Amino acid sequence: MANNYDAIIVGGGHNGLVNAAYLARAGWKVLVLEQRHVLGGAAVTEEVFPGFKFSVFSYVVSLLRPEIIRDLKLVKHGLTILPLESTITPLPDGDYIYRGADPHETFRNLSRFSTRDAEAYREYGHAMYHMAKAVKYILGIRPPDPTSLHPRELLQLLKLGRHFLSIGEEHLYTLVKLMTMSSADFLEEWFETDPLVATLSASGIIGTFLGPRSPGSAYVLLHHYMGEIDGVFRAWGFARGGTGAISESIANSARAFGAEIRTEARVAKLLTNNGRATGIVLENGDEYRADVVVSSLDPKLTFLKLADPDELPRELVEDILGFDTYGSSGKVNLALDSLPELAALPGGGAHMRGAISISPSVDYIERAYDQAKYGQFSEKPYIDIIFPSMIDPSMAPPGQHVMSCFVQYAPYQLATGDWDGQREAFGDAVVNTLAEYFPSIKERILHRQVLSPWDIERSIGLSGGNIFQGELSLSQLFFLRPAPGWTQYRTPIEGYYQCGSAVHPGGGITGAPGRLAALQILKDGKR
Amino acid sequence: MPIPTAFHSRAAALCQTQEWRDWSGYLSAISYQPSHEFEYYAVRNAAGLIDVSPLYKYEISGPDASRLVDRIITRDVSQCAVGQVLYTPWCDENGKVIDDGTVTRLEAQRFRITAADPSLRWFQDSGFGLDTEVRDVSRELAALAIQGPSSRAVLQACLKEIDLDRLPYYHAAEAKLGEIPLTVTRTGYTGDLGYELWIAAEHAEMVWDRLMEAGAGYGLQPVGLAALDMLRVEAGLLLIDVDYSSVRSAHIESQTSSPYELGLGWAVDLEGADFVGKRALLGEKERGAPRSFVGLRVPWADLERLFGAMDLPPQVAGRASRSALPLYVGRRHVGQATSMLFSPILKEYIALATVDSRYARRGQTLEIEITVEYKRQRANATVSKLPFYNPPWKKAVVGG
Ligand SMILES: Cc1cc2nc3c(=O)[nH]c(=O)nc-3n(C[C@H](O)[C@H](O)[C@H](O)COP(=O)(O)OP(=O)(O)OC[C@H]3O[C@@H](n4cnc5c(N)ncnc54)[C@H](O)[C@@H]3O)c2cc1C
Repeated sequence: MANNYDAIIVGGGHNGLVNAAYLARAGWKVLVLEQRHVLGGAAVTEEVFPGFKFSVFSYVVSLLRPEIIRDLKLVKHGLTILPLESTITPLPDGDYIYRGADPHETFRNLSRFSTRDAEAYREYGHAMYHMAKAVKYILGIRPPDPTSLHPRELLQLLKLGRHFLSIGEEHLYTLVKLMTMSSADFLEEWFETDPLVATLSASGIIGTFLGPRSPGSAYVLLHHYMGEIDGVFRAWGFARGGTGAISESIANSARAFGAEIRTEARVAKLLTNNGRATGIVLENGDEYRADVVVSSLDPKLTFLKLADPDELPRELVEDILGFDTYGSSGKVNLALDSLPELAALPGGGAHMRGAISISPSVDYIERAYDQAKYGQFSEKPYIDIIFPSMIDPSMAPPGQHVMSCFVQYAPYQLATGDWDGQREAFGDAVVNTLAEYFPSIKERILHRQVLSPWDIERSIGLSGGNIFQGELSLSQLFFLRPAPGWTQYRTPIEGYYQCGSAVHPGGGITGAPGRLAALQILKDGKR
Repeated sequence: MPIPTAFHSRAAALCQTQEWRDWSGYLSAISYQPSHEFEYYAVRNAAGLIDVSPLYKYEISGPDASRLVDRIITRDVSQCAVGQVLYTPWCDENGKVIDDGTVTRLEAQRFRITAADPSLRWFQDSGFGLDTEVRDVSRELAALAIQGPSSRAVLQACLKEIDLDRLPYYHAAEAKLGEIPLTVTRTGYTGDLGYELWIAAEHAEMVWDRLMEAGAGYGLQPVGLAALDMLRVEAGLLLIDVDYSSVRSAHIESQTSSPYELGLGWAVDLEGADFVGKRALLGEKERGAPRSFVGLRVPWADLERLFGAMDLPPQVAGRASRSALPLYVGRRHVGQATSMLFSPILKEYIALATVDSRYARRGQTLEIEITVEYKRQRANATVSKLPFYNPPWKKAVVGG
């Protein structure tokens, strides 16, 4: 029968596509079903306003695994990653902190604030390299189940333990700190320049509902150093054609391996028989059969919506109900008729090809967080900006530009009103904040796209609008992701697997969950 | 002491690094920005401007011009229409390569030849008995390459009177940039879509300014030699004194190469008119060339393994390296890699190499020497097809 497959993947986000490509590469007959008209999920490029291409949601690649790039021949299938090498933090007094590709220039720049910090900055990078190296190991492995007594699991745990001991006592100590401290506290042990601490710690709060002073936020800092480990292979940058081009290249690869991919195909339910997956049914009633069904959706959708909760153990249902998918980020994409001047450093120099961080002080971000804690969006938010068209001119018509603003905080649940009523007010707050640093910004805007957590949830189905399909907090990492006992991509329903960023090693455009899930599925074999 | 080219005032103003290399006695920017990778990507993704004025340039004219050119180059001039450009090597009597360059047929009996080394004497002496004039125009002609997928759009904005969509790969046209006459050829040393402009030196700065102005919205950037060297390795293009030695500078037989040994057999026309070295090359074609010019790919997993053993990520140069490395099959030394690079766009470690023809088959595995923490190690290297990078827009006629 034509509707029979070896595996069906629900969701054509980048992880679903990676999973499909690996299964197809192993000779499986694979079908990917994506609800939207475009592939990519949170990694899409869309021409929302004619001539202007927006990386609608995610905007930079940091950790796309080199082994995936190689195994799936993504370069051949169209992937090009352009370098993104600097960060500038403009300050309210008109000054700025710049860190760029030239280490001496960075040193001089930091020295204007503190020579001690300028020196510490190099050592910090070095220390973080070692930390990231220690942690990187776990990105490439299936998390062992610490509650299992199976020798295979014990062996894995032992290997893991040995690995951590091998990094040396001094580094282990730092690692423990990283796992427990707040990013601001951790960074203040290194640096005295407040805007530098603020900007660095901002990377510890991206996508989380934590402030720079919340314990546990330090760990996320590490993710930013992970790319360094791959040396020149580093995949830290901006994809030519926007983040959607990453998904496109993965989809091309999957198709080349023989996978079938359908868009505008929304899956309604998992079909089962005697506790085994047998296929899915689409919202339009079409049924497709397969012994293996892989969900790339977040755990709430995977377990409570696609599957029938009655078929699942009660503790799991409770764990999933408690799984934190509270979104706290928004996105504002602007189409501009020309490049706005950054008041602190006018002109279209190299700094405009990097990140621009609105994070003038730790208190500034913490205040932004305070508002969010009480159910308001931040009036003066933390904003991570890039101009994709400065890096890849084809993102906008010649001379015109697109501006990508990732914004925190935008809490999913507003205390008063709702996002449908507050969306534009939030957009205004962002633009007003931008205008303090880019005085001419308002006159340059041709089109504005404002995305609240609700919009993120509605368009790509991320429950709560959480950008990582679940908070990257310690209680939800590694062998706890998404729930203790169910970390190994399997579920209590035989043949039903998970491969989205809700499973280890988590969110971001890494492809790792998709790949690791595929390896597990292939190991378990066809049935 | 190297001297400025006709574009120097502009290049110097933009060269933040003040890193210059001596290219044939001229000051050439190595990289304009602290990170040459941006320049590299400008060419691969947008457009780059490269001052190639240090090339030697000659004009050959007169009633016998085509006969002289035919005598010099290994290709057949009768196959080259007016307005066409040929890439070609030229050889001595023994069929050993002296130099390589491009020949543009400007008129039926007027040609422009570029060369890496001074060649006036050779060209003039080759014209014995012919009615021709050979002029060295190296100084009077400035040369500027504009390369990359957006190069056509930028150049078209400056050259109103010609339609660049209709200028095929390796063809030339006369054009005017405002009032400034110039020759535009669809050629370059990057393996991408691109053009080279040949301009009277006194107009050089004006042309640079116009292009930079028109290119602002397209991400046009000046590009230095560090990036150019990476681009040409990906394009599989030879560099004299790096990938081969001219027979003029070789001290021993093994330092010389025939066109066949440089992968340029396609540019040797043994059917057409006689040329210097033809007889020797007829013989070599019969016997087969003892060495071959090939591309190599070094599997990343091998590098990870070698460096991983020292607990390090693979360390490969961010720029193209010109320090040759020996190649082996087992204990036998079978050749050398002469240019290598971690290609940022291909995400692969690649090399250009000369190897014993017995080991030059595509897919053949060789070993390349890699130094890890001062220790010599070997990694696998697979013989592969050139060019490594060959985008469809390089030769496309319309669009791109
Ligand atoms: C605003 C924002 C900014 C971000 N910025 C970055 C960044 O800069 N860098 C970075 O690395 N990461 C970033 N992230 C995180 C990163 O994009 C995600 O972690 C990652 O893309 C998730 O990929 P995925 O394949 O696991 O899931 P998703 O991309 O969420 O894919 C799930 C797919 O399933 C589809 N789907 C849902 N329900 C159904 C159904 N019933 N039937 C069929 N299909 C369905 C969805 O439409 C979607 O395409 C960002 C995320 C967001 C939201």
